[in-house]
Amino acid sequence: MIGLGLFKGLLVTLIAAIRGPVTVQYPDRKVGLPGAAKDAGLSLPRFLVKRPRDAARAAVGMATVEDLVEQGPRFRGQDFNWYEDRCTGCASCAKFCPLGIIKIVTSSSGKQTAEGEVYDVDVFDIDIGRCMFCGICVEVCPYDALDMGSDFERAQYERQALVIPVDELRRKKNTPSTWFRPQLESAGYDPHAGEELTWDAAGRHEQPSEEQLTERWVDER
Amino acid sequence: MTLQSEPVIVNVGPQHPSTHGVLRMRVAFDGETVTDAEMIIGYLHRGSEKLAEERTFTQVITLTDRMDYVAAMTNNQAYVLSVEKLAGIEPMPRGVYLRMISAELQRIASHLMAVGFLLQDLGALATPLMYMFREREDILDLFELMCGARITVSYHRPSGVFQDVPDEFWGRLRQFLDGMPAHIDEYERLISGNEIVLSRMRGVGVLDPDVMVNASITGPMLRAGGVDWDLRHRAPYEFYDRVSFDRPIMDESDNYARYLVRVYEMREALKIVEQCVEQIEPGPVRDPDVPFVLRPPVGESYVGIEGPKGELGFYLVSDGGISPYRCKVRPPSLLNLTLLREMVIGLPMADMIVTFGTVDVNMGEVDR
Amino acid sequence: MALDFLDNAFFRNIYCNLSASDDGRCGERVFSVLPGGFEWLAFLITGIVIALILVNGLLGSVIVFIWAERRLLGRFQSRLGPNRWGPFGTLTPVADAIKTMFKEDIVPDAADRWVFNAAPVVMMVPSLMVLAVIPWGSGTFLADLNIGVLFIIAITSLSTFAIVMAGWGSQNRYAMFGAMRAVALLISYEIPMALSLLGVLMIAGSLSLVSIVSAQDLPFILVQPLGFLVFFIATTAEINRTPFDVAEAESELGAGYHTDYSGMKFGLFLNAEFAATILSAAVIVAVFLGGGRAWDFLPSQIWFLLKMLPVLIFMVWMRASWPRLRIDQVLSLAWKGLIILAFINIVGSAILTFIWPDPSTTELWKMAGINLIVMIASVYAVGGLLGPGSAPVAGFARGEAPPTPRPAGEPAGGSG
Repeated sequence: MIGLGLFKGLLVTLIAAIRGPVTVQYPDRKVGLPGAAKDAGLSLPRFLVKRPRDAARAAVGMATVEDLVEQGPRFRGQDFNWYEDRCTGCASCAKFCPLGIIKIVTSSSGKQTAEGEVYDVDVFDIDIGRCMFCGICVEVCPYDALDMGSDFERAQYERQALVIPVDELRRKKNTPSTWFRPQLESAGYDPHAGEELTWDAAGRHEQPSEEQLTERWVDER
Repeated sequence: MTLQSEPVIVNVGPQHPSTHGVLRMRVAFDGETVTDAEMIIGYLHRGSEKLAEERTFTQVITLTDRMDYVAAMTNNQAYVLSVEKLAGIEPMPRGVYLRMISAELQRIASHLMAVGFLLQDLGALATPLMYMFREREDILDLFELMCGARITVSYHRPSGVFQDVPDEFWGRLRQFLDGMPAHIDEYERLISGNEIVLSRMRGVGVLDPDVMVNASITGPMLRAGGVDWDLRHRAPYEFYDRVSFDRPIMDESDNYARYLVRVYEMREALKIVEQCVEQIEPGPVRDPDVPFVLRPPVGESYVGIEGPKGELGFYLVSDGGISPYRCKVRPPSLLNLTLLREMVIGLPMADMIVTFGTVDVNMGEVDR
Repeated sequence: MALDFLDNAFFRNIYCNLSASDDGRCGERVFSVLPGGFEWLAFLITGIVIALILVNGLLGSVIVFIWAERRLLGRFQSRLGPNRWGPFGTLTPVADAIKTMFKEDIVPDAADRWVFNAAPVVMMVPSLMVLAVIPWGSGTFLADLNIGVLFIIAITSLSTFAIVMAGWGSQNRYAMFGAMRAVALLISYEIPMALSLLGVLMIAGSLSLVSIVSAQDLPFILVQPLGFLVFFIATTAEINRTPFDVAEAESELGAGYHTDYSGMKFGLFLNAEFAATILSAAVIVAVFLGGGRAWDFLPSQIWFLLKMLPVLIFMVWMRASWPRLRIDQVLSLAWKGLIILAFINIVGSAILTFIWPDPSTTELWKMAGINLIVMIASVYAVGGLLGPGSAPVAGFARGEAPPTPRPAGEPAGGSG
């Protein structure tokens, strides 16, 4: 019968309308009365009595709660985490970056450590305006000093402001993504929980003990 | 009485809602009827093939992401398979299964986009498209768990994938596999039986199978013409010989057949993922002996895989250095586009747009 | 007093209250503002007040309708729709309006300026003129024209001029395509639209919308189901809504005949379109759903508006669910389907009115039963005419299931 398919289609959209929206609201979410009461930490009747203005706003759908999109722990965010303590200044990241956006300038520090010479990193600029977040710099870092970050709100007014300078890398709170860091994943680290990861916990390898270091670098030579 | 009229030349694109990117069609209309059409491409050319010549073999993976940007996983897969053949690398079984799972999920996502935008071209005001975005979002969430990115994944590596999936992934995948068939049925209820869709798409844009074979058209477009040609079945790569799946074939070769074959292929892709989940075993996903900087021996390799849009192939030549001497892509979108002129001549304007939609091209892949 | 005001014709009541003269046309005078001899002033003020109320009411309802349509579409598409600006996003169309007003008004170099600039105004006028004859409730109407239905049909066809002017004046090929499609469509659908109303006119015995409403002891949607079907489809096509939006066809023509318009001129086109949607719903309510006639606990004006809601919601629902027809299919539907159905309806209604010249409610129920059977039979029969015989119309025969893919192992021809 002609027309049956049309009504089937109407039915599908009707069911979808009844099932309700699936939209994730970012950066803030509209809440109704119950949501606003929950956000204020009050039961609904108490919320109505104590904060009538907020309740009225919530009732007409104007109350919002800050909300972030859920990200996986491996999410490659638009910033980088850098552990200066782990970095030797070898510039592997700069060499293997497909776009060549990492600028690194080092100078000799004169310090000798067990595994070789360490350079002082003077400049370590990452131009994320051109970065495509492939993560190859993270993959090739032999010392696990560079990680993808987990933040993604980096809108700027100028192109130049998109370059992450070394000072910012030094300063910022390190919540690395677990992209190519299986050791963080197996430790159950969640970058979106907000806790900072210190440099000694970020490594791929076990922290060698003093005896191991002696054995490796003194006794075997 | 015949009316003599001048043809009207209209530039459809590159800034047009239905050119799926930046294709420009210079169309001559006689009234509403297309009398001639010229496809002008190149508005999205980024020189990927040339850029590949100065990047290491691993770095090129990031370029392949951006060719067919709605099916990055299959692009990765084709390129990585070609590199493995060139360098003689034996991939790890678990990595291969993960590559298959991700590629089949990507196939579903790509077909969802194809069908959704096709219905958008039919004028369905984005409702089917929104429903399909809803499910595609689930797939992209799975990709985010897998590799931290949603579109430009760069997940596959020579000898496997770069990292094993987290445990959380399997639960989410199971949830998706359980929910998806009902959603496909929902699309079919909304679209397949709709009289408007049937009357718009059936018997329109018919192509002769012989012509298609001669024009080396591949993928769902060819299978909608009754030719049983699927590289996963004809020349099994990866572990496609270990899974059983069906190739939906239709004989009509019209727009509706091309649409329906895609919908049925989504179901088959789900079956393949199911079997991969059953067969996958713990183990390494990547050979640690394969260095980051590959130096394949002098030689050449071509591997074609069954991408969502057709045979996607990478031809690589190595001169023994760290980057390919030549990298040539066989883009299914470009070759499928070649017959569009023959298809649209004589059709009304509305059907020209729909026919272009059923070809399912991605301009990022056409122009590279 | 407020209800008194509503219970009389708008115009007369305000006029009588303003004017001091007792020329016998007004009933009981409530109070007089102007001294005698100033009837002309009372007339002028009344006209301005009425125009303000109706036009602003219509434009205001357009704003509400745009918001409601977007929310509803969002709901049908599993998403939210506008919800950011104001309570539940209600201020979104206001923000859109402000934005539209401040947009640069671009006139293309090649455009025919006069025609280009006049088109939006010409588009808006018919929508506003239809307002005059719609009986919004018992006694609430601007003019009880004795040719009300004819007036509506005549006035709404004027928008064809506007569309041609827009398409021609823009000197844009997309706009021209849209205009040509719109003209073909509007001219074709005028005929079934007018013919489908004949059955109603026969039963009501009048062309006046007020008389038609008062004749509906039983809503004419039940008495004239076939007429309603044809009229609804024809109206949907006339106001360019899915599945007949070939004139705009955003996936093919960009924006159809108003591709080159920007700023408030585009806003006028948009307003006119949505106003036409609202007014067509109003006409449907007046002609087929009994106007403001319902139970007494609400004023008839409210009932009228409430009855418009399901019509408008169904239009949005259709828009959310169905793709667009091709222009030749749209025309075939009018000429090969709707006109035949309308003629069947005319013949059927003529016979029934011959049997029951002045139908009582029971007789109206009998008519409804007979007409329902006629509708089902004729739709089934005419649906077959649109089948495979007329090749470009529909590539499927009635009852034939669409093909499905066959598994690769099976030989060709084995498709189920």
